[in-house]
Amino acid sequence: MKGKKLAILSLLSVSVLIIGGCSSGGDESGGVSIEVPDIPMHEAMGEFEGELNIVNWSGFVEPAWTDEFTAQTGCKVNPRVAGTSDEMVTLMRTGQYDIVSASGDAALRLIVGGDVQPLNIDLIPNFGGEIAAGMKGNVYDTVNGKPYGVPIGRGANLLQYNSDVTGGAPESWDVVWESDSPYAGKVTAYDAPIYIADAAVYLMYHKPELGIKNPYALDQDQLAAAIDLLKQQNAIIGEYWSDPVAQITSFVGGNTVVGTSWEVLRKFAAKENLKTTLPVEGSTGWYDSWLVSSTTKNINCAYAWMDYTSRADVNGAIAMNFGMAPANIAFCASSAKAQAHCDEFAAEDEEFFKRIWPWTTPIETCLDGRTDVKCTSFQEWTNAWLTVKG
Amino acid sequence: MATGTKSRPISSFLLRNPRIRLIGLLALPMTWIIGVYIVSLFLLLITAFWYVDPFSSLVRPGFTLDNFIDVFTVPAYLSTSIRTLFIALAVTFLCILFAVPLGLYMAKIARPWVRNLLAVAITLPLWAGYLVKIIAMRLVFTEEGFFNWAMAPFGIKGPGFSVPIVVLTLTYLWFPYMALPVFTAIRQIPHNLFDASSDLGARGFMTIYRVVIPLIIPAIIAGSVFTFSLSLGDYLAARFTGGATQMIGSLIAANINLNPPVAAAFSMIPIAFVVIYLMVARRTGSLERM
Repeated sequence: MKGKKLAILSLLSVSVLIIGGCSSGGDESGGVSIEVPDIPMHEAMGEFEGELNIVNWSGFVEPAWTDEFTAQTGCKVNPRVAGTSDEMVTLMRTGQYDIVSASGDAALRLIVGGDVQPLNIDLIPNFGGEIAAGMKGNVYDTVNGKPYGVPIGRGANLLQYNSDVTGGAPESWDVVWESDSPYAGKVTAYDAPIYIADAAVYLMYHKPELGIKNPYALDQDQLAAAIDLLKQQNAIIGEYWSDPVAQITSFVGGNTVVGTSWEVLRKFAAKENLKTTLPVEGSTGWYDSWLVSSTTKNINCAYAWMDYTSRADVNGAIAMNFGMAPANIAFCASSAKAQAHCDEFAAEDEEFFKRIWPWTTPIETCLDGRTDVKCTSFQEWTNAWLTVKG
Repeated sequence: MATGTKSRPISSFLLRNPRIRLIGLLALPMTWIIGVYIVSLFLLLITAFWYVDPFSSLVRPGFTLDNFIDVFTVPAYLSTSIRTLFIALAVTFLCILFAVPLGLYMAKIARPWVRNLLAVAITLPLWAGYLVKIIAMRLVFTEEGFFNWAMAPFGIKGPGFSVPIVVLTLTYLWFPYMALPVFTAIRQIPHNLFDASSDLGARGFMTIYRVVIPLIIPAIIAGSVFTFSLSLGDYLAARFTGGATQMIGSLIAANINLNPPVAAAFSMIPIAFVVIYLMVARRTGSLERM
């Protein structure tokens, strides 16, 4: 018993250090026109300002690669780790930071709020053909044809299960949604409004009559249906998780048997019987990219940073450190270790990521292209989410 | 007044100007209370009347009562408030239930070294970090944790993370704040009151009910102000040991980035509960005797 406890404790501390805060993702485009403030982009590179203030996910900014950057450009890097997308938005709005590693659910909020500026891709030579095809031109970083973000990496929200209990891999997400789930009371769910999209993905497959085409473009009725499903799920939930460490201990300690997870959390749990799968309905995921503040004073350092971190080796180092698929897939061929990482996180598998709906901020403009209805905004999702747990 | 032979110009000046003397005395604490405490509280509470721009999720100043209306009309919010109130009351009740017998034993029965040992045992957990204690409770009550392992031979299984475990965790966290004042109060009861009670024919429980409890009510009220108000505001215990349990604190924590006005409106609820509690306590006259 003591040994087990110690193991859990050390796991706790290790994972706190490594994944203190994790993330969210991006979305799908499709020629939707969105009203955004008109902010000019940077025209040409100038002199480096000497510093760069970054809001980032834990593990994105480490001395292992910032030292070389500072030596090259003279830009001193000041990272500030944020724990959630919502915290990132709040921090960026203070105006004290130059650049943020935003996931798609934060990105679109920042773009429509005028907090970040469009980018001049010509000034970022490393943002080229080697960026994974599925990570380019998504609505969270390209709005009305203007690019706003430089991709960093991505990951999927997978169904994690304890194979000692379930036997094989569950084929469907129904084990976490339906009242008659054999694992009722041992189910975990992600504790954030963006999780409503997971309910929508499930409904897209099982209730086509609702007409959901994009889980981030829900009208009032579709949102109500998703909330009803979440309320139904609430009755069989053992624990909600927002803290990665709590999720790991919940699976390892046996309180949770099935639930949404990230590949990297399964790795940290380091238990043979914990496995992940992508069920038949598909899933949501998070695509992270760099976005530059519209009020930055260190614009040249910011561009240099985006170019530097798009380089295959640096991008790969970030992806491996965080535990996600790198945006620059040229990294994969660089070594056997890199290839193994890419395979584990499906970095080059566009077919896999086609089944993933990247996290995107829901806004009133329907992202699926509908113009006859108004979609529900993230604010409505937030309010609705709080009624789920009761 | 007789300052001896040396002249003390500052002292004499202050003596002649009582108002300046008062200002000098209160300047620092008042700056702290008004400048730091009240102003920041006011800034938080005023946000409750503001609203969030639905498009950009930015907070805009204004005046709306919608946030308060939501707090009182959305069923999920109401049930969360009521659940939190009951959790706080249960924690307070449990703390009293444990503290009175323990205080009696320590003050009146235990030998000095046992008493000191128990006093150390009660205060020692205060030295450990708050989060550490919550995580410790999480590890104890986890499915494959200590509790289920130790109770397995008796066929007993823990309830899993739920409201009872939250109550237990909060009781564990705040118990010293109840135990210490109760112990001190019982210690001050003269021994001969127990003898008198016994001479008049009262047995143990009657003595506790008719003599001890009335005398230590102020201490219980003092302790319960801590256990009650600290439980009302807590959210980490619910997050780590509550499973799907939602408390007022959880709602505030979830909203602080997403919808600060609703979070601010919710922060009024525990304040209201505590004010009502203090008013009731005041009517019993206990506050004067504290």
